[in-house]
Amino acid sequence: MKRFSLLQLLLMVFVLLAAYSPAFSGSLDPFKNEKGVLKISGGTAHIPVMKEAAQKIMVVNPEIQISIAGGGSGVGIKQVGEGLVEIGNSGRKPTDEEIKRYQLKLYQWAIDGVATVVNPKNTVKKLTKIQVIDIFSGKIDNWKMLGGVDRKINIYTRDETSGTREVFWEKGLDKGAIAPSAHVVVSNGAMKTAISQDPYGIGYVSVGHIDKTVVPVALDGVVPTIETVRKGDYKIARGLFSNTKGDPVGLTKKFIDFLSTPDGRKIIEKQGFIPVR
Amino acid sequence: MKKLGELFAERVFLLSALASSSVTIAILVFMVFMGFPMMREGGFYQLLLKPWEPYQGSFGIYPMILGTGAISLLSLVFAFPLSLGCSFLITTIAPKPVRRGFLRVIELMTGIPTVIYGFVGIFLLVPIIRELFQRGSGMCVLTASLVLGIMITPTMTLFFCDSFDRIPRTYLDAADALGASHTQKLLYVILPSARKGMLSGVILALGRAVGDTLVSLMLAGNSVRVPESVLEPARTLTAHIALVIAADYESPEFRSIFACGVVLYLFTMAVTFLVRYVGFAEDRNY
Repeated sequence: MKRFSLLQLLLMVFVLLAAYSPAFSGSLDPFKNEKGVLKISGGTAHIPVMKEAAQKIMVVNPEIQISIAGGGSGVGIKQVGEGLVEIGNSGRKPTDEEIKRYQLKLYQWAIDGVATVVNPKNTVKKLTKIQVIDIFSGKIDNWKMLGGVDRKINIYTRDETSGTREVFWEKGLDKGAIAPSAHVVVSNGAMKTAISQDPYGIGYVSVGHIDKTVVPVALDGVVPTIETVRKGDYKIARGLFSNTKGDPVGLTKKFIDFLSTPDGRKIIEKQGFIPVR
Repeated sequence: MKKLGELFAERVFLLSALASSSVTIAILVFMVFMGFPMMREGGFYQLLLKPWEPYQGSFGIYPMILGTGAISLLSLVFAFPLSLGCSFLITTIAPKPVRRGFLRVIELMTGIPTVIYGFVGIFLLVPIIRELFQRGSGMCVLTASLVLGIMITPTMTLFFCDSFDRIPRTYLDAADALGASHTQKLLYVILPSARKGMLSGVILALGRAVGDTLVSLMLAGNSVRVPESVLEPARTLTAHIALVIAADYESPEFRSIFACGVVLYLFTMAVTFLVRYVGFAEDRNY
């Protein structure tokens, strides 16, 4: 009998604690009485943040189903415009024409950098902007010319609808040409896999995606990290956008709002981006 | 009563045959219709011969046509001898239990999703090819066609086995009675009489190789330049469609992929007709 009451006491303590303590439930409260399906697609840089936010929400309320697909910024804008998904992500600001045609509402929730990356085995860890432009245009085509091994440089780029590509091309290459012999991969994740597999490769990924498998190259002496992007020292930066067709309502609105709550910002920061607002 | 039921069944089957064949034609009509503005503006011919430089306003698919041709034909070169050997082993040489085991394995292989082949290719074959030839990234025509070759081998082998099994027992017995060796049996008895079934196997395998998207998307490197050797990256028509489909609906990039579709369609159709014609011509000679 005594043991039973002890258990009861413990249970009561837990209930009390649960009622008062959790810092996390605050931001997730709006999802308590929701249910339904939320479809997200587009920018591949966004995926880690989207995934973690979705996980948190679905744990609190299993009635909500959130699906996250990639495809790239072009796909995100197109699919949300066609009404195929509720949120279309893009790693670039949608053009005025796209905004007008699809009546898009933009929501920028983070700042991200785009870093030139090489394989960890590569000895070349510093480049000037001119060198990067020459590498991607094919003018410099051997690592030896940069003080590395005597092997051809394998260039990796993204498909034409990628927001990451657009930002890198505009701000990193000053709209210079990318050699037609460049390999083309379809997502930030695929880029990371390709570079981590190829000791002679060079490519570019979202700063948030950089981990042990690839090494960011210092550009004109500035190493692209979350810090240098925040300070503005590293110039190849862009906003991460979530777009909706018309004003967001219901679950869509709640999801987007969640990204700017303290917990949402914590997720964004943890994934290597700089939260805005 | 039975007659009526039979008539009914006949009609149903006729309808389903009509439906499936009209879908095939409808797809072609749809693609031509959607790609028509592009083909009229630039000329279909030009589209086929120009390079892909979207920023310079050139939306040609010539490099992709070459890429598809090179990768799929090379994969056939790898797959054909492999399939021939496998099917000969299964149907003639190997003892019964081994035979059945092999057949099960091959049947299992036809069911493996292509993405698995692509994945294994990236992590196993790409580094090997890169270090073996000391050139490029390892993502190239050769890698993609090796993996594609392995991918289409099971399909081809099953077809070959089928056509070998259909050879009248008496032919083989006659060859045995004359004291023919395995090689002689394969060359002079099996190959000539199974030729037609093998042709269908080859067509089907080629169709799979041409139509496959994931393996070439993951392994061929997708560069838009015409490959100068098998160790250089290339892009296939299917991978090109997958890469460009995200473009704006109104853009010429997007419209040009319908031309890719038409070319793919015509390519497979031409191969099928050609092979059928060859088969036909041979029949008449006998």
